[in-house]
Parts: sequence; structure tokens; C-alpha cells
Amino acid sequence: MPSKAIPWLKVLVHGLCLLPFMKLVMMYRAGTLVALADPVQFLTHFTGDWALWILLLDLAITPVRRLSPKLAWLIRLRRMVGLYSFFYATLHLLVYVFLFSGYDVPSAMDGLKAGHWGEPFHQLALVWPSMWDDVLKRRFIQVGLLAWVLLLALAVTSPQRVLRWMGGKRWQKLHRMVYVAAFAAVVHFWWLVKAGVREPWKVTAVLAVLLLARLLWWARQRRKKAAPVFRTA
Amino acid sequence: MLIRRAKEIASSEITPKETLRAFQRSRRELLAGLGAVAGAALLPTEAWAFDKLNVTENNKYVVNETVTPQAKAQSYNNFYEFGTSKSDPAANAKKFRTRPWTIRVEGLVKKPQTLDLDAVMKLRPMEQRVYRFRCVEAWSMVIPWDGYSLAELVKTVEPLPSAKYVQFLSLADRQEMQLPGGYDWPYSEGLRMDEAMHPLTLLTFGSYGETLANQQGAPVRVIVPWKYGFKSAKSIVKIRFTDKQPSTTWNDLAPQEYGFYSNVNPYVDHPRWSQAHERRLDSSNSLFPRTIPTQPFNGYGNEVAGLYAGMDLKKYY
Repeated sequence: MPSKAIPWLKVLVHGLCLLPFMKLVMMYRAGTLVALADPVQFLTHFTGDWALWILLLDLAITPVRRLSPKLAWLIRLRRMVGLYSFFYATLHLLVYVFLFSGYDVPSAMDGLKAGHWGEPFHQLALVWPSMWDDVLKRRFIQVGLLAWVLLLALAVTSPQRVLRWMGGKRWQKLHRMVYVAAFAAVVHFWWLVKAGVREPWKVTAVLAVLLLARLLWWARQRRKKAAPVFRTA
Repeated sequence: MLIRRAKEIASSEITPKETLRAFQRSRRELLAGLGAVAGAALLPTEAWAFDKLNVTENNKYVVNETVTPQAKAQSYNNFYEFGTSKSDPAANAKKFRTRPWTIRVEGLVKKPQTLDLDAVMKLRPMEQRVYRFRCVEAWSMVIPWDGYSLAELVKTVEPLPSAKYVQFLSLADRQEMQLPGGYDWPYSEGLRMDEAMHPLTLLTFGSYGETLANQQGAPVRVIVPWKYGFKSAKSIVKIRFTDKQPSTTWNDLAPQEYGFYSNVNPYVDHPRWSQAHERRLDSSNSLFPRTIPTQPFNGYGNEVAGLYAGMDLKKYY
């Protein structure tokens, strides 16, 4: 891949990663989103699904790259894809906070229009106890929130400048947390579905394959390093 | 399609019901007059073209809240036999055959028998009742259901004095349904005898004045408005009277999440969410949901709280 093509490739990946979001915007503008029986449920699932799938896509970049030295350029897309996963995960969280929780958006907006700047916070204070209750009581919320906080940490430390400031080793150590985030996200999915629902098996299988690929790579690297030792012994 | 249907609902809200019904009747007669073949060709094939039912509104059971548009009530369904997502039943139940249909009545009953659905439908005059419908997933609708009290049917089949519970078994037909793995089909639900005999418990054949859409549990289901929706068994093929609490699908699968009673109760959380509030799905067509407080017994406490006098509802959730 000539390096001149990379910027174009990035534009393409931006476009692809924005497609789900564009779908939401178009559905909203066409009126089909609000005509759904339960738009909140749709938005919750839609944003959660895409956050998870894009995260898995992100995790697929390294194993695929290792297949051939010719695919080394793929690494240059990894940060961007990861940030898009964070973008959808954040939308997912915002849907929970402002639509799912019972937050009264119209009142908050009316308050703003009337010049009462405190109104959005007042509305938040009203639903805060039940959200806090969720965080304390419900393990699927806890593990989902953990995944989002980890992605937040990775997003904040994603610029080159931060990498240089942190130093490669420390940065890499932190960014290995992406596995924990993906694992937490999949567990979040399993813990939220009803008994008997097997829908999360697809993401689980993909994550398992991606983790296995890394394990095999790691074992091979170790063998390579260990081989000379065996020879001399 | 959804938008067009929503508009139809809106116009029916401003048209007096009698006028609308008269119009619908005359349209039906006109179509019939055009001859069976021509009429059939003219009739749209969507769910809302289903047979009109001859119903009388029961003014005792009305809810002073906005009725959920029919299009929404028939596109957002939990009917796991046809798939586990909300849109699956509407998509997968299109060709579901609801005739011929029989209901087997058995167990602790004087005369076990097999009833033909059309005879059951004619047993009592059909009435329309507007009920709140509260799903265990914390959303709710307001739906006009058509049928008559289940007690009427129970009385005619004469259960034995030893009968303490009623079990409902739904159809489980691999030819017609997806029947996803992970569940012990057929779907089973049950009520205590006094709950089944309560006048609120409706043997339901229709909604919005028409026969039930397949995805709503056609051709016959029960509606128990003070309990979470899953207690209201769909597409019933068997009614069994027992002296012991029958095993029921969700209670068997996750007893910590779904009690046998499952009365709507804002004070008992589902382990994964609070039941204190519900998202009312109505005609507001807004991105921002209308979240309202959930009422004990779904607002039917005056009628049914007495059934549970002295019971610890936190224990028997």
C-alpha cells in the first residue's frame, strides 16, 4: 500500500464507520425513527451493537496484519476504528442517561429556552438516584460502565502527543486494556439478555477467535525466542 | 407504511366511533356485494385488514389515557415462538394458520373436552375493554381488547372443587413457528383459580375491534391486566385445571427474575432494572419517551388487591 493512498483509505474508513450514525440521522429525518413503537429500545440496541462490532473490527486489525508483511499499513487505521467504537459506546451511554433513565428532555429544553440554565441539571438530579441505584445494584450496568470507562481512557490517551509523553511501554500497557474492554462489553451483553436468549454468541465467537489468534502468535514468538536455548542445551 | 397507519389512527380519534364503524360496515358490505373474488382482490393483505368483530364497548373498563396506535401494538411484540426480537413475530407470523383451531380442556374438570374456537367465540357476547398493558421490560401500552371474561368459559366447563390453578398451554408447532432453542416449548402460563375467575381476566379474541393479529397471539389468548404481559398466554390450545401450581415457562427459566404471580409492582425490582417507572408507548411520535410511574397492580389495585390479602408481595413477586 503506497503511503499516498493512506489518507484516501482513511476517508473511506471514516465514511464506513459513520454509516450507522448516518442511518440514524436519516431515520430521524424521515420520521421512521420516531414512528417506531419504542425508539429508545431501538437506539439502545443499535448503538450498543455497533460499539461492540466496531470494537471487534478494531481488534481484528492486528491479527490480520500479522498474516503478511504487506498488510503492515493496516495498523495506521487502528486508532481511528477504536475511536469510532468509543463514539458509538458514548452514544449508547447517552441514550441510557437521557432517554432510558426517564430524564425529561423536553422540560430541560423548555427550561433552557426560558433562560433557566439550571433546568437540565435539575432534571438530571431527578433521575440521578435511580441511575445511581442501577450502578450499585446491577452487574450488567457495572460491567458495561467499566467497558466505557476503559474506552474513555484509551480515547483520551490516543493522540501521538500523549503517547510520546507517556512513553511507548506505559502507553502500550494501558492500551492492552482494550481486551478487558471488549471482554467486559461481551459480558455486559450476556448479562443483560433474558434467560434463554443466545444472541450474544456471535460477538462471543468472534472475540474468542481474535483472542485465540493472539495467543497462537504469542506462543509462536516464545518458541522462536526459546529455540536457541534448546539447541545449546 | 408505519406513518400511513399512524395517520389512520389519528383520523379515527376525531371521527366519532359510531360513524367510523358504520362506514367500515358499509364498506365491508360493499366489498361483499362486489363478489367474493373481486372483493378478495380489493382487500389489502396487511394485518389491519383482519375481520372486524362485533363488539360492544364495556364502559366499566376504560382508561383515561391515550390509546396506543394499532400499528405500534402490532409491530412490537414479545412472542418468542416466532423469534426473540420485538419485530420477529410480525415478520414471522404472517402465514400462521389460526383455523381450524381447537382448545383442549382437561385436568380437574367435570367433562374434559375439545372446544372448537368458533363455538367458543360465540359463547358470550364480545365486549371491548381498554386496558393498560405493562410489560415486565418496563414499557407499557394502552390497548382495547375484545373478548369476554375467562370466568364465563371456566363456568361452562365446570372445574372440580379440587381445581386450584389453571394452566394455559400455547401452540408449539415447528411447521409454523421458529421455536428458538433455549426454551422448553410449549409455552406454559398459569393463574390461581381466583385470578382466572376474576372478571378482569379477559379471554381475548381481538383488539381494536378486529381479530387478533397473529403476532399478538391469535386466535385466542388471555389478558390479565394487573400482571406483567408474559402472564397473558397467547395462541392457547390447552387449558388444564390442576390442584398444584403449574410450572410456567419464565418462572422455570429464571425464577429470580419472573415470579409465578408477577403482579405489576413498582416496589419489587426486576434484578436487571427498576420497575418503578415505565415507558408509555403511545401516539406521541417523539424521540423522547414518556416515562411515567408504574402503579401497583398496574392501576387495578381496587379490583384485585383483595386477592392477595395477607400475602407478602415482595416474597411472592
